[in-house]
Amino acid sequence: MSTSAPPATPDKAPDKADERLLRTSPLRKLMGRPELGSVVGAVAVFVFFSVVADAFLRTSSLATVLYAASTLGIMAVPVALLMIGGEFDLSAGVMVTSSALISSMFSYQMTANVWVGALVSLLVTLGLGAFNGLMLTRTKLPSFIITLGTFLMLTGLNLGLTKLISGTVSTKSIGDMEGFPSAKSVFGEFTVGDTTVKATIVWWIVLIALATWILLRTRFGNWIFAVGGGADAARAVGVPVKRTKILLYMGVAFAAWVSGQHLLFSFDVVQSGEGVGNELTYIIAAVIGGCLITGGYGSAIGSAVGALIFGMTSKGIVYAEWNPDWFKFFLGAMLLLATLLNAWVRKRAEATT
Amino acid sequence: MARARTGVRALGAVLAAVLGVSLAGCSSTGGKRAEDARKAQAAAGKAAVNTPRWTFAMVTHSGDGDTFWDIVQSGAEQAAAKDNINFLYAHSDEGQQQAQLVDSYISKEVDALIVTLAKPDAMKAVVAKARKAGIPVITVNSGSKQSKAYGALTHIGQDETIAGEAVGDELDARGKKKALCVLHEQGNVGHEQRCAGAKKTFGGDMQNLYVDGTNMPDVQASIEAKLQADRSIDSVVTLGAPFADAAVQARKTAGSKAEIDTFDLNPKVAKALQEGTLGFAVDQQPYLQGYQAVDLLWLYKYNADVLGGGRPVLTGPQIITEKDAAELEEFTERGTR
Repeated sequence: MSTSAPPATPDKAPDKADERLLRTSPLRKLMGRPELGSVVGAVAVFVFFSVVADAFLRTSSLATVLYAASTLGIMAVPVALLMIGGEFDLSAGVMVTSSALISSMFSYQMTANVWVGALVSLLVTLGLGAFNGLMLTRTKLPSFIITLGTFLMLTGLNLGLTKLISGTVSTKSIGDMEGFPSAKSVFGEFTVGDTTVKATIVWWIVLIALATWILLRTRFGNWIFAVGGGADAARAVGVPVKRTKILLYMGVAFAAWVSGQHLLFSFDVVQSGEGVGNELTYIIAAVIGGCLITGGYGSAIGSAVGALIFGMTSKGIVYAEWNPDWFKFFLGAMLLLATLLNAWVRKRAEATT
Repeated sequence: MARARTGVRALGAVLAAVLGVSLAGCSSTGGKRAEDARKAQAAAGKAAVNTPRWTFAMVTHSGDGDTFWDIVQSGAEQAAAKDNINFLYAHSDEGQQQAQLVDSYISKEVDALIVTLAKPDAMKAVVAKARKAGIPVITVNSGSKQSKAYGALTHIGQDETIAGEAVGDELDARGKKKALCVLHEQGNVGHEQRCAGAKKTFGGDMQNLYVDGTNMPDVQASIEAKLQADRSIDSVVTLGAPFADAAVQARKTAGSKAEIDTFDLNPKVAKALQEGTLGFAVDQQPYLQGYQAVDLLWLYKYNADVLGGGRPVLTGPQIITEKDAAELEEFTERGTR
């Protein structure tokens, strides 16, 4: 971003010439943040729907929007981290369903406490993430191919195994089994006083905070930026590229487990064909939130704002009671506008620094 | 090397812990054990006739992992077992691929074919080809209008418009004024026909809502949003059984009093009907569609029988309410209703 490189004058104080040591005003720092454009976009979408849909501003409506955003946002956080690390994961959507299916079927078939199923599912799902990461780093094939393979295999396994084990294409209800109420309050919803809170919102906020801390305050966060910016350069300065990437994939798997358990403990029956196509939604949220598809740039908060834009748009169309035939068109147009605005603001911000 | 071994050891310890917990952490309620206790061992299907072992093939427009088509298939399989039929099944939700699957069965020289005509134009040529090759064809589920013209023996299924009309009438009988029709697959002709049929006979106002059927939390949030936006909605009609449950949760969160009604059955719907959480369900008896198709083809080959007199044989709509649900619950559990 050094627009005008100062002339090399080694006899003068070199630290002044180094742009990293230049003092920047807080405003400039803010302008340089990756999520700035998406925040402006989110405000625009929010104002827009507040004006056109009267039901949009009610507390209950905002809670619904927040819920819609959180179910997507939970996945968008690790997907954003993975994208900053220069890779992406097409198996993320189906992995959510896999995780819910494993948990449900293990508990049911073993007649085990549902927490046992959830634990087994956590291990298997993390294993799937590790598989993605190991395959990627061992074979050096692009993540598109590796995760497309995992996506297809999981889709097939979800259907095949569920049919083989349950006899039907959806799982049996585990709603009457031990541990269900407590698991439901952790993953589904819980009540505080009179209000019911969706657990996904809490999980989402925790994940955003955790991911932001990792990215900005830890060595591992630096590794993520490094491997996304340039894997060879990162390796040359001693960053464990392989381990970083494998851990990033396992992060996605962990979030898939949380989302999968939410799916299971809120609806208690899981359809094996679900989840296909959601992986793109996660990527869209991360991209709106300022992640570059090429890696090395982005933030966790940005992915949250992206998820929020998606949630507001998809539900705002319902609140505005527009003709449903055009639903997908409106959604697409809003997303494109939000992303363009995001890119424009970022360009302006970069020009002023 | 030492590091790898610690990893293996740690993994072993975790697995052992899980095994230990799973042995200690058994659930004394529900689960597989309860099902086994409940279910008497069903007798394995045996052929009841000694006609030659013909091969029948079924090709549907089902997507992956669809409960409805799973029930159709189980009906067909049980009829096949009884009729000494070798039954083959394939499906694709892409019209062109469905046609290719039929084509491959024709070259396999199967003895009879069962197809769905959800995308009639894509299927027209292959059905004609099958007739030319002397393979009898029965259409099921969708395509009642085209079936005869394409040269099929008969059509077995529900007329989606008639089913929709039945919903409209039932809503009227229940004194509803403003209804919501929830479509979980944009561009599905059958879904549009159902909602259009309901709109036709329903005396009140009916609106459509499109939701993303592959994303259950999103389905719930969308219905929730709609119920919040329009407080006067007093009934919600979902087009598939799994979505009825999402609608019930959406109603709860939105604080609405709307009645939830649905197309198709599953164990949860049967239970919810009994509990009064759902108003009614419209069943087109998918088991019957599979079972009858195989059985009628067997009758045709054995005895040259044709049912329906050139008209579609209707398997629905059957309106199921609280009082019918109890006896159906067991059948939904075993996946045949």
